Amino acid sequence: MPEKTAARSKLSIEGIILGLAIGLVGIVGVYYGSNNWRAPALASQHGAGIDAMMFYLVATTGSMFLIGHLILGYLIWNGSRQEKVTLRLASPKTEKFMSIALGVLMALIAEGGVVAIGMPVWDEYFMAETPEEALQIDVFAQQFAWNVRYPGPDGIFGRVDVSLIDEMSNPMGIDRSDAAAIDDVVVINQFFVPVDRPVEVTLRSRDVIHSLFLPNFRVKQDAVPGMSIPVVFVPTEEGRFEVACTELCGLGHYRMMGFFNVLSQGEFDDWLQQQYAGN
Amino acid sequence: MSTVSEHPEEGFIRKYVFSIDHKVIGLQYGLTALLFLLFGFCLMLLMRWQLAFPGQPIPVIGGWLGTANAPGGVMLPEFYNQLGAMHGTIMVFLGVVPLVVGAFGNYFVPLQIGAPDMAFPKLNMMSYWVYFVGGVIMFVSFFLPGGAANSGWTSYPPLSNIATMGQTAWLLGMVFLITSSLLGSINIITTIIQLRAEGLTYMRMPFFIWSQLVTSFLLLLAFPPLEAAGILQLMDRLAGTSFFMPSGLVVSGQVLEAAGGGSPLLWQHLFWFLAHPEVYVLILPAMGIVAEVIANNTRKPLWGYKAMVYATVWLGFMSFIVWAHHMFLTGMGTVMSAFFQTTTMIISIPSVVILTALLISLWGGSIRFNTPMLFALAFLPMFGIGGLTGLPLGLAPSDIHLHDTYYVIGHFHYVVAPGTIFAIFAGIYFWFPKITGRRMSETLGKVHVWGSFIFMNGVFGPMFLQGLAGVSRRLYDGGAQYSHAQGVVQFNQFMSYSAFLLFIAQLPFIFNFFWSMRRGEKVGNNPWQATTLDWAATSSPPLGHGNFAEIPVVYRGPYEYSVPGYEEDFLPQHVATPAPQEG
Repeated sequence: MPEKTAARSKLSIEGIILGLAIGLVGIVGVYYGSNNWRAPALASQHGAGIDAMMFYLVATTGSMFLIGHLILGYLIWNGSRQEKVTLRLASPKTEKFMSIALGVLMALIAEGGVVAIGMPVWDEYFMAETPEEALQIDVFAQQFAWNVRYPGPDGIFGRVDVSLIDEMSNPMGIDRSDAAAIDDVVVINQFFVPVDRPVEVTLRSRDVIHSLFLPNFRVKQDAVPGMSIPVVFVPTEEGRFEVACTELCGLGHYRMMGFFNVLSQGEFDDWLQQQYAGN
Repeated sequence: MSTVSEHPEEGFIRKYVFSIDHKVIGLQYGLTALLFLLFGFCLMLLMRWQLAFPGQPIPVIGGWLGTANAPGGVMLPEFYNQLGAMHGTIMVFLGVVPLVVGAFGNYFVPLQIGAPDMAFPKLNMMSYWVYFVGGVIMFVSFFLPGGAANSGWTSYPPLSNIATMGQTAWLLGMVFLITSSLLGSINIITTIIQLRAEGLTYMRMPFFIWSQLVTSFLLLLAFPPLEAAGILQLMDRLAGTSFFMPSGLVVSGQVLEAAGGGSPLLWQHLFWFLAHPEVYVLILPAMGIVAEVIANNTRKPLWGYKAMVYATVWLGFMSFIVWAHHMFLTGMGTVMSAFFQTTTMIISIPSVVILTALLISLWGGSIRFNTPMLFALAFLPMFGIGGLTGLPLGLAPSDIHLHDTYYVIGHFHYVVAPGTIFAIFAGIYFWFPKITGRRMSETLGKVHVWGSFIFMNGVFGPMFLQGLAGVSRRLYDGGAQYSHAQGVVQFNQFMSYSAFLLFIAQLPFIFNFFWSMRRGEKVGNNPWQATTLDWAATSSPPLGHGNFAEIPVVYRGPYEYSVPGYEEDFLPQHVATPAPQEG
């Protein structure tokens, strides 16, 4: 049984200020945060699911934060007025019940979110088969640039060999003696893709770990030396978007920036033709 | 059990330098680690200048940094990367872990369990001196050609494999620091298991002791993989092996002469196998300290002591199987991601149980608002923010957008900086009278609390907004050139001013610390009317073995405050008065 003792007021101004401050921090923090949440404009299909999940998580954790703060503020304010302890210990039964209830609540919020909102996004982004019509792009990252390759009219990437790499003329080490390689198109720090068509970017790195970050597309994937890692997504908005490197790759890391240009199908075809003509 | 061994007076070197007394070693750890904490903080201030005012010369000290680092006082990207890597390394491995385990663990574990010393005093001495050597190596590495390590505190290869000489020093330093932690953790585990006073059963141990016990197991089991990994990376750098390097790397247009066949991801697995349990090494002892301070200053037992103990042990086990949630974007595969995001969600449960138990402990209490209590109260919401903001990072889909952004920096700093470091301050103010026999000034202490609380939030709060907008971490110019950063990059100045003011808010503490040693109000053995055994020992206990005039016997649980029917509002563990029956 909880033991009750008569409370006498002692009124600690400091405690009241602290209690109020703590409660206020919660309210102001959540209010200011939700008003200044500036996610980059969305431009991909799967991104909506990721945003929904982020919203769910920020809303649930934000509410827990707010409720926790209000409770904490109240307890501090209340505790500052009492000369004597009023509730020494809850009964072991209450303690056990509340601990388990807390665990279950947390499990529901976390795991519930995963199952209800996370799984569909998961399937869409991580588990999706690459569609037949996907545009193939090969990325060979280096300190501090994105080398971007298109397979050319034959649709096949030609042979590459690191010993053929020349910083100025052949940064990807393409073996032009290979028939499939002759028509390969290489651009540096620029991606060009048509809108509403799936893209499969295969990430490789020739020196250290880089990470391809397309903020507007909710795409981020490391490029790890020795591995080829595919990322599949569907751009849904036309425009010129930024590409950032987001894994520390050396002193030029902060300026390893590129552009991701989403064009209409017609513009994209024109661009591709120009590139073929240039070969 | 109640004999105390006599020791002859020891010489200066034995007593203060190569001491084998746990209290001296604890103080050595504490003072060294506080110095490193200040040093690591100063590195951060330099970075914050660069982030707020990119490309502008650093005032006053800019000229002292040398032309290799900051020609004309303007910081170079190379130097920025060194500061980033070394700030993280120093704060974690040389500052916070040695403070919570080396200093608090060493000094107070034997006192709280009623032991005359640690189980292995000489191992203890070795642990400190090995740590000291590791610290010197890290510090000196700034003066090597090419400066200190610059590949992040995570040291991901291949970048770290091809980095300047500072990286070799970093690896050597880490080998020393890890060895030191291993020696310390074996000692704490053995001490807690073997040297508890009569009657101090496991479920009567103060929560601080439980937190130290679980933490030491984490150190013991998680650190060796990183020690191995550190040696492998040293071999990659010095002996031409390729544990972490695949074949055919091209750096600056040249094919790298390396055997090849290694895997960069192997390092990340080994690193995070340590570094995730490491997070709990940082936070568990902090929770232990906060629990002691809260029970003492609410004048009532902790709510849910048993639940907290079980949650801590559960947390300890789980912390070994969540490491790869740091690696969702490495291409390690969806099976791995699915497993690790599930375990990560599970580990959030015991954390919430512990934090909420501490919160509910305030319920119905008669709170005393002294400096340690204010720090402990501030810890609760700060750690709460740190913990809650971790959920979106622990799930692979939401991590896609947030990974490696400032959101991550905000998240883990809330756990460690206003979280653990506030707990450390609470512990210092709380136990200072035990160590010195004098109390620290309350007025200066309160200036310190409020200043730290306000400015910490000023530094770290806006990071969440920057991260949600997609601003990456580790950018020399703070992301100024990216358009997605434009709505939030202006926070950098506010954050930097907060950081500078945070520094100023620490000055009262530094002054208070030294002033109170000589001038603080003199107090008796138990100035806070506390119940645990550490307060049964003499204040400012004599250095050298033997803490208690008579080895105490324990009669009850750790937090018997406000026991009904008992005259005083606290009933110490070692007092033989029978406690009334619990409801």
